[in-house]
Order: sequence, then structure tokens, then C-alpha cells
Amino acid sequence: MSLKYALYTGCTARESTPELMKSTLAVAKKLGIELVVLDEASCCGASHLQDFDDFLSLVLNARNICYAEKHNLPMITICNTCQLNTALTKERLDNNPELKAKVNEKLKEVGLEYKGSVSVRHFLYALIEDYGLDNIRKKVVKPLSSFNIAPFYGCHNIRPSELHHFTNKTKESAYNPTSLDELIEALEGNSVDYEHKNKCCGFHADLQAPHTANRLTGNAIVDAMDNNADMMVTPCPLCHLNLDVKQHAASKEIGREVHMPILHLPQLIGLALGCTPEEVGLNHNVTKAEFV
Amino acid sequence: MEKQKVTINVFRFNKETDYLPHYDKYELEISKDEVVLDILNRIKWEHDGSFTYRRSCRHGICGSCAIKVNGRSTLACKERMIDMIELFGNELTFEPVSKKRVVKDMVVDKKDFWDKYDAMRPYLIAKIDEHPKSENIVSPKEAEKIEEADYCIQCGCCYYACPVVNETNEEYFGPAAFVKAYRFTADIRDNDKEDRLKIVDELGKGVWDCVKCFECTEACPKDLDPMKKITHLHNQLFEEGVVQNNVASRHAVGFKKSIEKHGILDEGMLVAYSEGFGVLKHIPEAFEMWKNGKIVMPWSMPKSKKLDEIKKLVKISSTAKF
Ligand code: SF4
Ligand code: SF4
Ligand code: SF4
Ligand code: FES
Repeated sequence: MSLKYALYTGCTARESTPELMKSTLAVAKKLGIELVVLDEASCCGASHLQDFDDFLSLVLNARNICYAEKHNLPMITICNTCQLNTALTKERLDNNPELKAKVNEKLKEVGLEYKGSVSVRHFLYALIEDYGLDNIRKKVVKPLSSFNIAPFYGCHNIRPSELHHFTNKTKESAYNPTSLDELIEALEGNSVDYEHKNKCCGFHADLQAPHTANRLTGNAIVDAMDNNADMMVTPCPLCHLNLDVKQHAASKEIGREVHMPILHLPQLIGLALGCTPEEVGLNHNVTKAEFV
Repeated sequence: MEKQKVTINVFRFNKETDYLPHYDKYELEISKDEVVLDILNRIKWEHDGSFTYRRSCRHGICGSCAIKVNGRSTLACKERMIDMIELFGNELTFEPVSKKRVVKDMVVDKKDFWDKYDAMRPYLIAKIDEHPKSENIVSPKEAEKIEEADYCIQCGCCYYACPVVNETNEEYFGPAAFVKAYRFTADIRDNDKEDRLKIVDELGKGVWDCVKCFECTEACPKDLDPMKKITHLHNQLFEEGVVQNNVASRHAVGFKKSIEKHGILDEGMLVAYSEGFGVLKHIPEAFEMWKNGKIVMPWSMPKSKKLDEIKKLVKISSTAKF
């Protein structure tokens, strides 16, 4: 199997979560997946530029997809919010020729054209749909069987489900998602069932409503703790920032001390595939994962 | 398969007499054309006449029959049992949309929901010529802008699914109220757009406290996509120049500033620009991040390749002002 993707890194992987970038590249290498990094890409707007200037965000996201189209490669993302905004752009342009023409009018000024010819998926779903869980299972050299791992799905990979069913072959339920659980099981870990697995971490209100954000983060971690999780894993670097970096603030907010190592999805996969902690950048995680 | 055996756990509580709620268990055979409301009816008619829930139209119009099935907001008269079984398996739990607001069994006190609804002034405010010479025609194009927000049945499925309303901030207006607000701010006949927008701009209550989780969009049985309306309200705040200059609005605008400069986001600059002096409170966290190699210094800030293209697109595609 030779898989090749255009990787849209998003900003976070280049700045506050360098470990996401490292571990993604490490996992791709282990699995023999070729990645072409889209260095030309801009920020997706993170659902905030969209609040200010919707049209501009469409043009910028369409431009990002254009570069994957230029390579004629399926595009993958490693951030739920990047996935949301890229997928929203694709869905809106593919279903609305008038809007697509308007966007292309702008893109033409820089010699680009959005065609809608490539797929846009989060790495998680590309792995499951193209590489396959069984094939991943075969590559496991360090089974995670002694760990209880709580999957934290992150809103923007599962809601709105209609959008994600448009881009993904996997028809994940927003109310009963299973893909991360299945992936954890494929790595021979024990996936933890808990109520907050598909809930929000509050990231997008961090600045203007810190109490809301810290409480949601705290509630999620506590729920995982109470269900005997040894660690949590998330496919989203923004969830990761809240869950990993803000444990102190979250503890204060909910009045209970929380402590929970939080791994990025490719960090978890990488460890099971035999990468060293350094190779998956564990040294960057603020809440240290002492067990490795 | 014609019939399926299902176990249903039903939340029971009477605010007037009970100290704690309990669950009643029913084993039922479900046929494939039954909706959740049929089961509520069967429980009441065949098992326990004291079981209480709201329903009226049975046609997804009155908005009274919302409950939660395994935690999922559900309009009982619309949702088919077989779909619930497919989603959650053969053991289902029926609960009121909000346990802390329960009056009896499935019936909740919707006072806060309606108060917030009222706060949106849910009626057309227009200067009407009492003796018009011709009809006031709204073109289909104008009517479409409302995006069916006027189809909202006030069922509350979205509201009781919203984590901000239910877990963190009771003051927050919530998705249903914003759908209502948008129903009028998008209505060409309404003369009160600016004041309406000022109401939803307020920090702590308004649109800025939304965490963008899309629970509301997922929950709405009328497919009204409340989250999309919230984004439209944000856009209108800038279009109409109503938006206040605060941490939230600067945060949205900051993205453009950063993209213009680097192509990608300058995370540090974004926080500093959004917070102003408030940036100081982030120092302890920033220090932790810096220790772990999570802070990129301004002088090593990466830039997108072909930044000129991005700059040009920002210049020619911008539609909003701050
Ligand atoms: S969502 Fe965040 S990580 Fe993704 S591109 Fe936007 S700013 Fe960067
Ligand atoms: S998207 Fe916003 S309004 Fe909708 S449920 Fe989430 S926080 Fe509430
Ligand atoms: S927006 Fe949808 S879910 Fe919310 S109250 Fe209206 S109809 Fe119900
Ligand atoms: S009974 Fe009226 S909406 Fe369900």
C-alpha cells in the first residue's frame, strides 16, 4: 500500500504544539505514508475570522485546498478546527456554483482556481478509511494493553455530522462516536467509556469567557479521571491546549485537583508503533506523561 | 424484523413530593413505525397513568414534546424508535431535557428559556404606514436571507443541549434566542436591527460566549442550524458597526491582522492584541508553555510560502471593517 497525502498542518502544529508536527511525521514514516507539506497554506481562520469576514475566510480556505489540488493529492488535516473550516468551505463551494465563481474570481487574481477535485479529511479518518485499523494493528510493537485511554473526540470532527458525512466515508455518530475507541483498541489499549468523550473543551471561548472554558475543560478531565483513565487522547491540538496546558486553571474553576496526561492522537499511535518519546515530542507536553 | 424488544429506563420525579428522582424500567416490544412519543403514550396508557410529559400536535409543530434519549435532545413525535435503537442499542433511557429544571417526570420549567426568548423582542418592530397605497412586498431573495429561522418551534432541543447554558453560564442567551434574534435582524421589514444587535453583543450573555461546539446544530429537529445563525449575527455586528471594541471582537479581527502579516496565525500576537493589558494574566501559563518549547519567539515566527498571494487576497477579498 502506498499512500500519499497533502498535509495541511494548521498553525498550532507549527507553534504551540510542535509535538503534533513531530509525531505526525513520525507516524507517517512508520506506516510508510508519504506526506507533502502545504507550506503555502494560510491559517483557516479557526472559526473566528469567519465571525469577522466570512467571505475572506472562504477565499483563504479555498486557496489552501487549491494547493492540494495542484499536487492532485487528497488533503489531510491534523486539527479538528482546520478540518471543520476546510470542510465547510469545500461543502459550500461544491454545492453552490455561484459562490464558487465569486471565490474563483478572487483566486484568479493570483493565478489559482478552486475546482473541488480533492477530498479533505482529518488524518484520523484517512488512517481508518485508507490504511485500515487491521493494518495498523499489525504494525503495533508496543501494545498499550496496560493503559486505560479516554478518547476525547473534540467537537469539530464530529459536529455538525452532516458536514462530516459529506467529507468522510466513516459515518460517525455525533452522539455515539466510535472511531477513536476503535483505534485505541487496535493499538491494544483499553478505551474508556465516559460521558464527556464527545463534549466540548471550551477552547473557542478561552479569551472572552475563561470561566466557561476552564469549567468545560475541567468537567471533561474529571469525568475521565472518575472512569479510571490513565490518559486522554485527542485528535485536535486546540482541545489539547486546553486539556494539557490549562489543568491548573481548570482545577481552580471546578474546585477539584485534576491531573491527567493528554496525548495527541499521533503521539499515542507513534508510541504503540515503537517511536521513542522524543520522536513523538512528549517532552513538549506540559502535563508530563510519567508512565513512558 | 417486525418487532424489537427494548428496555426503557424512564426518569421519574415529582418536585412536590419527591426528594430524589428514580428510574422505572419497562420491557417493551417496539414496532418499526413507532416514534418516541408513541412509547411515552404506551407507558402512560398501559403501565402508569401518573407518568407525565408534554405533547400536543404530534406533528413537530407545537414544540412541546422534547425529551432526552440517552442524553440526546429529541423531539419525541418526530424521532423514530428504530433510529434510536440503531444509535444506542436495545437499552434506552428517557429523561427530561433538563434534570435541574424538572417539575414532574418529562416536564421541565422552561421559564429561563422563555425569558431569554422575550429578551429578543420576538416581534416585528416596524414603522407602519396605516394607509399604504400599495402592498409591502418582500422579494423571495430577501425572504431567503432569514434562512428559515422563522420555522423555529421553540422546542428547546438546542437550548438544553448547549453546554454553556447548562454547565457554565446561566445568563447566556443560548441558541434558540439567537435564532429568534436573527429571524428579525435578517428581516428587511424590521426597523430595530441596531438595538437587536446591541442585545446579542453583550459579553457574558451574547453571541461571544458561544463555544462553537455545534451541539445546537446537531440537536435541532427542524434543521435550522442555530450555529450558522450565530455566525451571521457576528457578521452583522461588524457590518452594522454595532460591535464593541473588546477582547472578543479584537480576537476575531486579530486573525485577519495576523494572516495579513504571516499567512499563518501569530498566536502570541493574537492574545496580546485581543487582551490589551489583560495579556498579563496569561504570563504564568505562557511561562509553562515556554519551558516546554511551545512558544515561538517573534523573531522566529514562521511565515507561509507565497505570502504575497495571501496579502493580495486579503486586500481584494476583504468585506468587513472594524
Ligand atoms: S484552527 Fe487553529 S490550528 Fe487550525 S489553522 Fe486555524 S488557527 Fe491554525
Ligand atoms: S454552538 Fe454555541 S450556542 Fe450552540 S450549543 Fe454550542 S455553545 Fe451553545
Ligand atoms: S432552533 Fe431548532 S432546536 Fe432550537 S428551539 Fe428552534 S426548533 Fe427547537
Ligand atoms: S407533539 Fe408537538 S412537536 Fe411533538
